[in-house]
Amino acid sequence: MTNFKVPVWGYWMMGIGFAAFVALLIAYIHKNRGFRRPVFASPYVLWLIVFTVIPCFLVAYFSFTDPQGHFTLDNFKNFWDSNYNARKAIAPEDLKMYQDMGLSLEDLGLARDSINIDTLVFSLWMAFLCTAICLLLGYPAAHIMADREFKLGPTLVILFVVPMWMNFLLRTIALMSLLEDGGLLNTFFEWIGIGRQKLLNNIPAVQVGMIYNFLPFMVFPIYNVLNKMDYKLSEAAMDLGCNKWQVFYKVTLPLSVPGVVSGITMVFMPAVTTFYISRLLGGGKVQLFGDLIEAKFLSTSLNEWNVGSALSLVMMILILLSLGLLNKVDPDNEGGGMV
Amino acid sequence: MKFIKRFYLGLVLAFLYIPIVVLIVQSFNAGKSRAKWEGFSFRWYEELFKDPNIMNSLVITLAIAVLASLFATIIGTLAAIGIHAMKRRPQHLMLTLNNIPMTMPDIVTGISLMLLFIFTQVERGFVTMLLAHITFDVPYVILSVMPKLKQMNKNTYEAALDLGATPMYALFHVILPQVMPGVITGAMLAFTLSLDDFTISYFTTSPLVQNLSTLIYSQARKGIKPTMNALSALMFVALLVLLLVVNKRTAEEE
Amino acid sequence: MEEQRLITLENIFKQYDGTTVLDHINLYIRKKEFVTLLGPSGCGKTTTLRIIGGFETADSGRVIFDGKDISGIPPYKRRVNTVFQKYALFPHLNVRDNIAFGLKLKKMPKDEINRKVDYMLDLVNLKGYGKRGVDSLSGGQQQRIAIARALVNEPEVLLLDEPLGALDLKLRKEMQLELKAMQQRLGITFLYVTHDQEEALTMSDTIVVMHGGKILQIGTPKSIYDEPKNAFVANFIGESNIFPGTMIKDELVHFCGADFPCVDSGFGEDKPVDVVVRPEDVLLVGEDVGQVTGVIKSVLFKGVHYEMIIDAGHSIWKVHSTTMQPEGSRVGLAVVPFNIHIMHRMEEAQPQEEEAK
Repeated sequence: MTNFKVPVWGYWMMGIGFAAFVALLIAYIHKNRGFRRPVFASPYVLWLIVFTVIPCFLVAYFSFTDPQGHFTLDNFKNFWDSNYNARKAIAPEDLKMYQDMGLSLEDLGLARDSINIDTLVFSLWMAFLCTAICLLLGYPAAHIMADREFKLGPTLVILFVVPMWMNFLLRTIALMSLLEDGGLLNTFFEWIGIGRQKLLNNIPAVQVGMIYNFLPFMVFPIYNVLNKMDYKLSEAAMDLGCNKWQVFYKVTLPLSVPGVVSGITMVFMPAVTTFYISRLLGGGKVQLFGDLIEAKFLSTSLNEWNVGSALSLVMMILILLSLGLLNKVDPDNEGGGMV
Repeated sequence: MKFIKRFYLGLVLAFLYIPIVVLIVQSFNAGKSRAKWEGFSFRWYEELFKDPNIMNSLVITLAIAVLASLFATIIGTLAAIGIHAMKRRPQHLMLTLNNIPMTMPDIVTGISLMLLFIFTQVERGFVTMLLAHITFDVPYVILSVMPKLKQMNKNTYEAALDLGATPMYALFHVILPQVMPGVITGAMLAFTLSLDDFTISYFTTSPLVQNLSTLIYSQARKGIKPTMNALSALMFVALLVLLLVVNKRTAEEE
Repeated sequence: MEEQRLITLENIFKQYDGTTVLDHINLYIRKKEFVTLLGPSGCGKTTTLRIIGGFETADSGRVIFDGKDISGIPPYKRRVNTVFQKYALFPHLNVRDNIAFGLKLKKMPKDEINRKVDYMLDLVNLKGYGKRGVDSLSGGQQQRIAIARALVNEPEVLLLDEPLGALDLKLRKEMQLELKAMQQRLGITFLYVTHDQEEALTMSDTIVVMHGGKILQIGTPKSIYDEPKNAFVANFIGESNIFPGTMIKDELVHFCGADFPCVDSGFGEDKPVDVVVRPEDVLLVGEDVGQVTGVIKSVLFKGVHYEMIIDAGHSIWKVHSTTMQPEGSRVGLAVVPFNIHIMHRMEEAQPQEEEAK
């Protein structure tokens, strides 16, 4: 990466941008004939521009350029076919020579390779499974805690809130140590006579890790909505002749939809983007989209960074789309999305 | 029915907490084995504090957490006061922008910041990690201070100016004292998040400057050593305490 | 009186997001005068006050204070003080520190501050409350602290933004009298904002009626009540019957199907006008001697008087009288010429009524 050069326009943009910011600030103070409180936000405005807005644009910039800074769509072609860049790097006459020698693209390892797409699809599938299982496990848990007669509910919910903020890496490692060959679970299996099982470095291990990490994100928003729901509604429904099950699927369930949607997004998004869960529990044998991106950026080859950016951009767009969808279903963020 | 419900809830909570509890118990195991209990000992903790790598990372982690939460609290509190005083449209824009770092997955935030440092040719290390931490901390500070500002009588600031205070004086002697509880909660939250972060640190630092999370990750990829158990256990307890305190504060404020 | 003008607003114009809030306001306030800006919410009265206080800047126009343009001067350098709508007391300071806030900023010696604060506490009848936290006080007490906090700085003008709005009716009436007495004792100019017409009539030397960012009428309480300039003012200040009519000639007006002698002149001949008759000015007379006749539709007992709604064929009259007539009876209505108020017809629709906050 040492040979990366800031393009000349890059310096210009930085200079002009900063000057424009200062000029706007002065103009604002001048226009109001003095100091006004919104000026207090100006350091953060600058910070947001430099560390949030510009980086987002840089992801887009790197996605659409080659290492020399020229516009290209190759990174996205590479997304479709991960050998695209490698094939392009070979001089046509060399390629012809190899082919004359009777070697096909397959033999050279240069045939179309759809690993990027496949990984994305696999990640989406894993995230989907994870979300579905979290919903199945989490909804009943939230419902039980939100029961007014269950006095412990509000206390127990904290046990779901705390892991939401707690280091995923640490929690993954805790799980990893439990599942290891010499770990407690296998010792237990041996003791009851099932014998040791291979619990780590496979797809189920990654899936369990994802569920383990993201389950609280499903429980909390659903609990939030159920808890705020007026219990008189279910009393009214019973008064009007619903039995317990009818109350649930005619009143409670439809009203908890915002929480469910919020939970789905909050589980699905990190599940698609995770990389260390699969790395630690999959032992490098299970690759998710996040791993793919991480691998691109760990590489020393300049080209790979641009491809990695393109992959990140695809992910950003996926996430923005799902967020947009969430806003449509739960515009007031009733599920209590973030905190 | 009641029993089944509670049993189920207990099962789910057990799923969430057993690995952590087991890890903490193991960290006190005298032997290396994860399965056999060979007696209670602080052996791994002692080794932990003798390991220069780990101690170095601990210092880095704490330094980053302290500095990041300090800067984030200053920038965020000022920003919250400014945003609060804005008219509707710029206020909406600012809050949307403020939400970006919170809604973006960590990996995207990490990568985009990494690209920024590459683009500007800033060598990744302590400073870049600090900048990244401030970036993801500020939104949470704003989120903690904002409700306090909304509760505040909006005329008290003007009343102070009316009585002869300059905007700066009014900021420090009228607004700040009133929103202080929110500022402290925000600072604690920022500190916790900074201590807790792995992904963004991972992409914005160099292998030479590791915080505890990135160190644990690089070690765990090779397999888990008992000292890592001890370290993880320590971090768990520290984070748990911090989070419970923050949670209690926010609950009280509401 | 001209030379005693303390504040002059010249052509003040203000817009929020394209909505005009103040439409070229011109106004002057004399020394030691009690001026009230009166109007419905969104009429621009609070914005006017805030521009004088320095919390808002006008898009164009000038604020002259004691002969100097202070448009660009920030609030903390202006010799005015404000009593805010919800008091805006500093919750982290006790009563004494709240009142002393402005004096401490002036770096006044400690004993002098103490003396002045004690005097103020005495003035607002809160002696001995100095150490109390402001949140422990009642609304009325907080109100007094807010006034004391502003007055202790000896401002030349005290701006009051609906200061009594949050108090209950009885307390409000007491405070009205107290404020007026305080103003006369201290000889400070008061600029008072309210939407309560009764409050305005009780306390003010001068009332400025505002609506839709414009000043509709400026005058003493009596002149505004007795001679409203248009239907809006008539309606806003007290209850009134407003009828469309025609000025036949000087001192003769036609409305409600009859000709009424009046005392107004100068409107021209056969000109459309609005006619205002206050309910207490309508006389109930025999059916045969009334200028118009009608049937009593409803009778409400209001304490001092009865309020009767009378259907006179093409018009509905509201009448206040101390004697009651039974519902359904036919009565004659008469108005003496002096009590008929003629106003120019309001031409266009009213401007928007929003006030951006």
